[in-house]
Amino acid sequence: MAHFLFFLLAIICIASVLGMIISKDQAYTALFLIVAFVCMGGLFGLLEAPFIAAVQIIIYAGAIMILFIFVVMMINLRKGVGPEKKKWTMYFAVVIAAVLVVELVLTLKGTLEPISSAALESLGSPTDLGRLLFTKYLYPFEITSILIIAALVGAIVLVKKRDKE
Amino acid sequence: MIPLNYFLVLSIILFALGAIAFFVKRDLITQFMAIEIMFNAANLAFLAFAKSAGSLDGQIIVFFVITVAAAEAAVGLAIILLIFRQKKTIKSEDIKLMKG
Repeated sequence: MAHFLFFLLAIICIASVLGMIISKDQAYTALFLIVAFVCMGGLFGLLEAPFIAAVQIIIYAGAIMILFIFVVMMINLRKGVGPEKKKWTMYFAVVIAAVLVVELVLTLKGTLEPISSAALESLGSPTDLGRLLFTKYLYPFEITSILIIAALVGAIVLVKKRDKE
Repeated sequence: MIPLNYFLVLSIILFALGAIAFFVKRDLITQFMAIEIMFNAANLAFLAFAKSAGSLDGQIIVFFVITVAAAEAAVGLAIILLIFRQKKTIKSEDIKLMKG
């Protein structure tokens, strides 16, 4: 059952990312990305991280992608960005991605073997996560709140229309 | 029980697809979305390793990554909106002010 769920979610995730690469319309691109993020949330749930899965769906698929869709609507390109004229960028991108894959596989190869047998008891209940967040990681948590305030103020200041005096 | 290296392989594939999307697409918004895909691939690897190590620290890091990504999306989209207002384009190849 878990295997079936994993392969279903993985295939939908990869297919929607491919759809995002192929589609021309920015709104469809954003919608494909939402599907990919929701599937990713399911995968996080399979990894016994229920809280992170909920956060993924609420913040990524909800908040961040709504922000993207708002900006797509505000920019509103009539005919979208045309297809790639230069063909060589496509090949270049594929070559770079292939090199990246080889590099990552070589890096992770040492770690792939011992991991596969790990079968641990349940971890990652929201209670434990919250306790860890407010004891060991208290300072990073507080710094994050300052970061969020700074980003909020920065975004408002950047986009605000200045009065012409 | 799913072997954890399945998750790592999926993470590698998604990261590579995000890189391809970044290079193939030509508007700033879609390139920004490609960066978000790469973030998510990294998060998946973090969670897989957290599970194999049996510790919660990886999940905390993923939590912080998601938070920082939200802040980054707000500021980045504001900058894209400013670029569009000033230059009337969001094609990345038209923005070459520093090219000389």
